[in-house]
Amino acid sequence: MSADIVLSVRGLETEFQTDDGISKVLHGVSFDVKAGQTIGLVGESGSGKSVTAMSIMGLLPKPYGRVIGGSVNFRGTDLTNLSVNEMHEIRGDRISVIFQDPMTALNPVHTIGRQLVEVLKLHRPELSKKEQQNHAIEMLRKVKIPMPEKRFAEYAHNLSGGMRQRVMIAMALACKPDILICDEPTTALDVTVQASILELMRELQDETGMAMIFITHDLGVVAEICDDVAVMYGGKVVENADIFSIFDNPQHPYTKRLLSLMPNMDDEPKQKIKIAPIDPAEFPEFTGDLGI
Amino acid sequence: MQELLKVEGLKQHFISGKGIFRKGYTIKAVDDVSFSVAEGETLGLVGESGCGKSTLGRTILRLIEPTAGKILFEGEDISACNALQMRQLRREMQIVFQDPLESLNQRHFVGMILEEPFIIHKQGTPAQRKEWVKELLEKVGLPAESVTRYPHEFSGGQRQRIGIARAIALKPKLLICDESVSALDVSIQAQILNLLLDLQQEMNLTMIFISHDLSVVKHISDRVIVMNAGKIVEEGLVKEIYANPQNDYTKRLLDAIPITHPSQRKKRLLANTR
Ligand SMILES: Nc1ncnc2c1ncn2[C@@H]1O[C@H](COP(=O)(O)OP(=O)(O)OP(=O)(O)O)[C@@H](O)[C@H]1O
Ligand SMILES: Nc1ncnc2c1ncn2[C@@H]1O[C@H](COP(=O)(O)OP(=O)(O)OP(=O)(O)O)[C@@H](O)[C@H]1O
Ligand SMILES: [Mg+2]
Ligand SMILES: [Mg+2]
Repeated sequence: MSADIVLSVRGLETEFQTDDGISKVLHGVSFDVKAGQTIGLVGESGSGKSVTAMSIMGLLPKPYGRVIGGSVNFRGTDLTNLSVNEMHEIRGDRISVIFQDPMTALNPVHTIGRQLVEVLKLHRPELSKKEQQNHAIEMLRKVKIPMPEKRFAEYAHNLSGGMRQRVMIAMALACKPDILICDEPTTALDVTVQASILELMRELQDETGMAMIFITHDLGVVAEICDDVAVMYGGKVVENADIFSIFDNPQHPYTKRLLSLMPNMDDEPKQKIKIAPIDPAEFPEFTGDLGI
Repeated sequence: MQELLKVEGLKQHFISGKGIFRKGYTIKAVDDVSFSVAEGETLGLVGESGCGKSTLGRTILRLIEPTAGKILFEGEDISACNALQMRQLRREMQIVFQDPLESLNQRHFVGMILEEPFIIHKQGTPAQRKEWVKELLEKVGLPAESVTRYPHEFSGGQRQRIGIARAIALKPKLLICDESVSALDVSIQAQILNLLLDLQQEMNLTMIFISHDLSVVKHISDRVIVMNAGKIVEEGLVKEIYANPQNDYTKRLLDAIPITHPSQRKKRLLANTR
């Protein structure tokens, strides 16, 4: 099946300025995002998944972080060349992101209802004020926030971790973006709520043809929702294939390792998990300086 | 086995949504909860997002004052402790927060963040403390250079591990882990779970392990509590609950266990639309 490529990441290199000097984090990351499909970004903690998302969105912490090489092609435009203002327009309207840490993205001094309505004002200006409010409450209901009419007037710090994540998801989905980047969006959600959220995302995908980049460490979620998977290790994509190839015929030693350690409900409780140390000799392409 | 922690009729009620013209409403985040944990035992705590797990964890450590109820640690009612006694006790009762940024001082180097507990409790010489910090970093799989970096310079999962390292620094008797491995890839997650099992063996650590991941809970716990809307709805040995859940919510939770291969997708979708 060949689908339109809406976003093409090529040879992305990103570095940070730290107290100890320059630290290069991305060593040439490449992958394609297809319309109406979901690509999973998995990989070791610290391998550069979030930094990849931030680099695409132009949201690296300034002035310490910067893209020093490669391109991010979105409909004929290289996003890495856009000005701050141009990028601001693309963000939210065409590309939305759900951050790994919701508290950095939610405004602590405004109620979550007000923040949702702000989003709708921008993206659904045709709706009346009352309609926007109702729509916002409806979004909260869809992400399974209990008593949404009451919770509408709540501040983010009074919500549980998983509720914050779901408010972020509601805000991102309300924009109906072309591309949605989700960075560990379901880490605090129990399986029942998680299933409804994945369903909701899939519905929107069917309806609008939204493409998704789904960053997660949860291989169950990957199996559930992704069409393609890119596996990252040490600031590089070490394997990139369709979902069945990844699960049935993994090529890279790190991918094999991940699949072999996938938690299993049949494991004996309270036994140590057998993990072999990573053998650097198995990772010839890795030349990074992450020291992990 | 000796009882380490006992909680009796614990309540944590919040008044929310109160404004100049609004009366507000009560959220019973923890509502009459009683249970106990034995020394060296791991108690898994699961339940729907928002059911009160994190609030229960914080209330046990008196980071928020309970609305009602008793918390007994080694038989002593800690609700009666003054601030100084509480500080002493916190050395033995540690929590790894769900949101690591909340608990890590943003303006300190990671080296300082990890050394601070030893300084506060007057342990070791500066050289010894540096050595302990190095060991802690190694245990959670972070490079030694991390000491001169700030928390915001780390990835989500790396921050989680800094939180874990700090919490185990003083070898507490009770460790509450709130979604502490939720952002870790399976290979590092396995390493951390092994570390916790080791600590339990070495120093008879007692744990309350909050997680939405049922396979992880099964792996690490002796006993499980299932919460729903602030109340305990089911409690028992891991084996029994997983094999024979009594409560409706527990059943739904176990039914919704994630798939392990993309070919299982269809089946599940059908099962869900029942
Ligand atoms: N502001 C920064 N300054 C310096 N280094 C940074 C900064 N932000 C991230 N890094 C480093 O970049 C690397 C990649 O981080 P990133 O957050 O992308 O990892 P990740 O793959 O998302 O991991 P996780 O699964 O743990 O969230 C890490 O080694 C991290 O320490
Ligand atoms: N300071 C507060 N003020 C008002 N309500 C609060 C406060 N803290 C928590 N709550 C509410 O208490 C309930 C329980 O929250 P808690 O964070 O304990 O849930 P949780 O079980 O940890 O959920 P999650 O799995 O999503 O982290 C939620 O409805 C939350 O909104
Ligand atoms: Mg990340
Ligand atoms: Mg919580």
